[in-house]
Amino acid sequence: MRLGRRKKPTAAPGVRRVLLPFVGRLDETVLDAAIRIARAEEAVLVPAYLVVVPMQLAEESPLQAEVAVAMPLLEAVEHAALRAGVQVDARIEKGRSPTHALQRLWDVEDFDRVIAAAPADGTGGFSPKDLTWILAHAPGETLILRPSQTP
Amino acid sequence: MRGHYRILLGMAAGVGKTYRMLLEGRQAAEEGRDVVIGYLEPHDRPETAALAEGLEVVQRLRVPHSDLTLEEMDVDAVIRRAPELALIDELAHTNAPEMRNEKRYEDIDEVLDGGIDVISTVNVQHLESLNDSITELTGVRVRETFPDRILDEADEVVLVDLTPEALQERLRAGKVYPEQQAEAALMNFFRADNLSALRELALREVAEDVEARRKPTVLDPLSQMAINERILVLVTPEPRSQRVLRRAWRSAQRLSSDLDALWVQKPGHELREEEATSLAALRRLAVVLGAHFLEEEGDDLVAVVKRVVAERGSTYVFVGTPDESRRREIFHGSLVSALVRELPGIDVRVVANRADRGAVAP
Repeated sequence: MRLGRRKKPTAAPGVRRVLLPFVGRLDETVLDAAIRIARAEEAVLVPAYLVVVPMQLAEESPLQAEVAVAMPLLEAVEHAALRAGVQVDARIEKGRSPTHALQRLWDVEDFDRVIAAAPADGTGGFSPKDLTWILAHAPGETLILRPSQTP
Repeated sequence: MRGHYRILLGMAAGVGKTYRMLLEGRQAAEEGRDVVIGYLEPHDRPETAALAEGLEVVQRLRVPHSDLTLEEMDVDAVIRRAPELALIDELAHTNAPEMRNEKRYEDIDEVLDGGIDVISTVNVQHLESLNDSITELTGVRVRETFPDRILDEADEVVLVDLTPEALQERLRAGKVYPEQQAEAALMNFFRADNLSALRELALREVAEDVEARRKPTVLDPLSQMAINERILVLVTPEPRSQRVLRRAWRSAQRLSSDLDALWVQKPGHELREEEATSLAALRRLAVVLGAHFLEEEGDDLVAVVKRVVAERGSTYVFVGTPDESRRREIFHGSLVSALVRELPGIDVRVVANRADRGAVAP
């Protein structure tokens, strides 16, 4: 049996990068929207799971429990993006707060667009305070998505 | 023969390290050993001073320095006295510039070389590798540090532990600092959150030390090798290595094994900007995962991997799906085949991209 070779998405230097940061969970509708945007812009999607390091731990501490939660989520996001033909470059970033983790990521990597989720039904997504901070500090165009309310 | 070195490690001043050192010294003396105090910081604590009574003290050196006279341990006098055991406080202490050694742990090294056993004390915040973490946690940059190898080389590292609440209680009772100084300390360095973080660091440091010293006592080395798994994951500065490293971490969790990530750079190869970004992201991920990130240079990837596998005692090697053309595979051979051939007895696992499963038509 001869299998058809599927063309892999490749990232050329200077390609646009779309950051999709999230904490704890990621709404499916937000992910779909982010993938559509990345595909339309021929951009690399960078889903970033933000880990908050408690103050009683050193920032360099390995965070096994948090990572165990992040792993399947990032795998699922990668699958969805790659199946849609979007190149993906996932991250796990840590900080003392979600915005601290984001600032640290922005300090070392460039992004053209940031997609951040607002809470749906009062849960998930970034807090209003964090969203305000993201709007003020994001290094690129920022898109705040509010997931559809579940009926 | 070099003396036996025992270090009493604590999370902060006041947990009772010096007290414990003196207690152990007294006990040794009561058992008939020849014990002296090489250097003691009594910190004006009456309980500590009382415990030192009756133990022989080697006279300190008085060193003129600017307008002051500093007192330091007289290393030569301790060695000349040749006791069986010397109690030497505060190993991270920086000596007066006029002294032969810059740091007290260097003095202790000479005493140990003289065949004298030593019990010493230190706080975890002085450990060099933790200096940045301590600064971030406490806002205080510790100037007097000591290299991590001192703990590694000691025969025993013992944690002198106290709960943060108990230490704060000791502070309030004036058992650590005079009353006014204690109040300021409680508001600053000795805050409960600081102490909890420092205690955690101290506990972890000793736990890691115990783990590193654990030697098989029942099993022979061969059976031990069969039990201990160690994963080596090969990474390259590109996005897919994030996935490979994460997948290797999951396996490491299941196997309760250590995880090393290895990046082999060709000599003279300049990283492109996006490669440098990917490499930095991999290093950060390794920190989050608790993996060791190894960077080596070499023209022959397989030879470097072979050497690292031997050095680290790896039992598994993880690689991402090689991005090799059929033509390259025919002319240069496959990386995976080369690894399997060159690493007998080592499992080699190719981490596939699961998103590609859709491409496999029935």
